[in-house]
Amino acid sequence: MSKKKKFIRGLKCRECGREYSIDPVYVCEFCFGPLEVVYNYDEIGKVLTKETILSRPRNLWRYKELLPLEKEPEGAYFTGYTPLMKADNLAEILGVKELYIKDDTVTHPTLSFKDRVVAVALAKAKEFGFETVSCASTGNLAHSVSAQGARAGFERFIFIPASLEHSKIVASLVYEPNLIAVDGNYDEVNRLCSEVANKYRWAFVNINIRPFYAEGSKTQGYEIVEQLGWRAPDNVVVPCASGSLMTKIWKSFREMKEIGLIDQVNTKVFAAQATGCSPIVTAIKRGIDVIKPVKPDTIAKSLAIGNPADGFYATQVIEETKGFGEDVSDREIVNAIKLLARTEGVFAETAGGVTLASTIKLINGGHIKKDSLTVMCITGNGLKTQEALVGHTVEPHYIKPNLAAFEEVLKKIKQDT
Amino acid sequence: MAVKIKIPTPLQRLTKGQEEVTSEPGTLIEIINSLDKQYPGLGERISESGKIRRFVNIYINEEDMRFLSAENTQVKDGDEVSIVPAIAGGF
Repeated sequence: MSKKKKFIRGLKCRECGREYSIDPVYVCEFCFGPLEVVYNYDEIGKVLTKETILSRPRNLWRYKELLPLEKEPEGAYFTGYTPLMKADNLAEILGVKELYIKDDTVTHPTLSFKDRVVAVALAKAKEFGFETVSCASTGNLAHSVSAQGARAGFERFIFIPASLEHSKIVASLVYEPNLIAVDGNYDEVNRLCSEVANKYRWAFVNINIRPFYAEGSKTQGYEIVEQLGWRAPDNVVVPCASGSLMTKIWKSFREMKEIGLIDQVNTKVFAAQATGCSPIVTAIKRGIDVIKPVKPDTIAKSLAIGNPADGFYATQVIEETKGFGEDVSDREIVNAIKLLARTEGVFAETAGGVTLASTIKLINGGHIKKDSLTVMCITGNGLKTQEALVGHTVEPHYIKPNLAAFEEVLKKIKQDT
Repeated sequence: MAVKIKIPTPLQRLTKGQEEVTSEPGTLIEIINSLDKQYPGLGERISESGKIRRFVNIYINEEDMRFLSAENTQVKDGDEVSIVPAIAGGF
C-alpha cells in the first residue's frame, strides 16, 4: 500500500452509504446518490500538522493529504493560496466589525476558484490514465480545463451554452480546446454531457471525476482557516450554483477540527444566489429541503444552474450551521460589483456581486451579527464579465491633447467632488 | 407506436445492455412500475414509495418532469422519456 493510499478509504454514497473503490465513478449504482471521497482522518492527523503545512510551498498542495490523490500530483499547477483581505473600508460602510474577502479573483492560472478543482481533477485524471478531459461549463470551468489541460497534454472537449458572454468564449478559445457551443442553457448542456459521458471514455471533470474534482473546493476553506490564524470564521458567505462549493467549504472546516488543526468550529454558513436563479435560497427561505428546479434568468451566468445537484446538501449545511440564504436582483449585483471595486479595489465577476449584495442583505436582516467576523468568498475575476457593467460605470473624461483642456476638466472634477 | 425510454449506463445492466426500451403510455410512475415488471429492480433504482428519487432526473421530450406534473405526468404514444442521473457543475 502506498503511503498516500492509507489516507483515502474509498468512495461512499451520500444517500445510502454503499461503499465503492477509488474509480472514475460518480453515482451510486443503487440509488443514484452522489459519491464522496472518504478519508482516514486518524492517519492524516498524524502527518498533517500546522508545522508541516507551514513548511510547504504556498499553494493548494500544502493540504495534499486531505485531497483525493494517491500519488504526487504530476505536472499540476501550483494554484490556490489566494489572499485573504481584511476589507476595512467595506466593513465601515456596512457597519460590521470584521469583514474579509477570500480573493479568488487572482487564482492561477485562469482567475477563478475553478482552478482549484481543476488542478485536483486533472491530477486525478492522470492517475486514472485518461487522455481526454471534458467538462460542461458556464465559463470559468471551461477556461480552467482549457488552460490546465493544455499544459498537462490532454485532448480537451469543452461544452458551453452558446449564449455565454463573448469574452468568456474567447478566454477558452485561446487555449485551443475543442469548444462545443450548445444551443441551450447550462442544465441542457449538462444533460447532453451526461449522455456523452456515457458513451465516450473521457474524464469529465464534473461528471465521472466529480467526487475528486469537488474536493478541490475544500482548499479555499483550509486557506481561510490558516490565514485567519488557525480559526474558523463566525460567518462565511458562499455563492451557490450547484451548492457544491458551499458544502465543501463547510466540510473543510469540519475536517480541520477532525484532524486537530483547530479546536472549534462555530461557523454559520450563508448561501448567496441571484433572484433570477435561486432554487437553493428559495428552499432555505421556506425551510424545506426539496429543491424545485428553475429556468435561470440572471446576469450571473456562472451561477445560472437551475437544477442544482448539491442543492439538498446545501440546505442541510444551512440547517446544521444555523445559517441562512439571500438572493439579489441583477441591479443589486451590478451595484455590489461597483461597491467592492470602489472600496477595496477588487474587481469581481457577477458571482462576486451576488456574494456581496447578499451579504449586505444578510447583515441588514440581522442574520449576520455586526460584531462578528465574516468571510465572503469572491470566486472569480470581473475582467471575465465586463459586459455586465456596460452602461453602469462612470464615464471617461474625453479631452483634447493639451494642458488647457486637461485643466478645464480638472476644474470640473474638483467642483463635482 | 409506444413510449421510448432512454436508459443511462448505470441501469443498462438491468435492461440487458439495452440503451432504449419501450412501454405502453400512462402516467410516468405507471410506466416505471411497468418497466420494473419487465426488468426487475429497475423501479427501485429510480423511485421509492411512488416518488422519483432525489438524485434522478427524468425528462419527457426534453422537459424536466418537475416542470410538468412530476410522477403524475401523462406520457403519450411517441413521447421520449430520458432518465439521467443528477450531475454537478458550477459552484
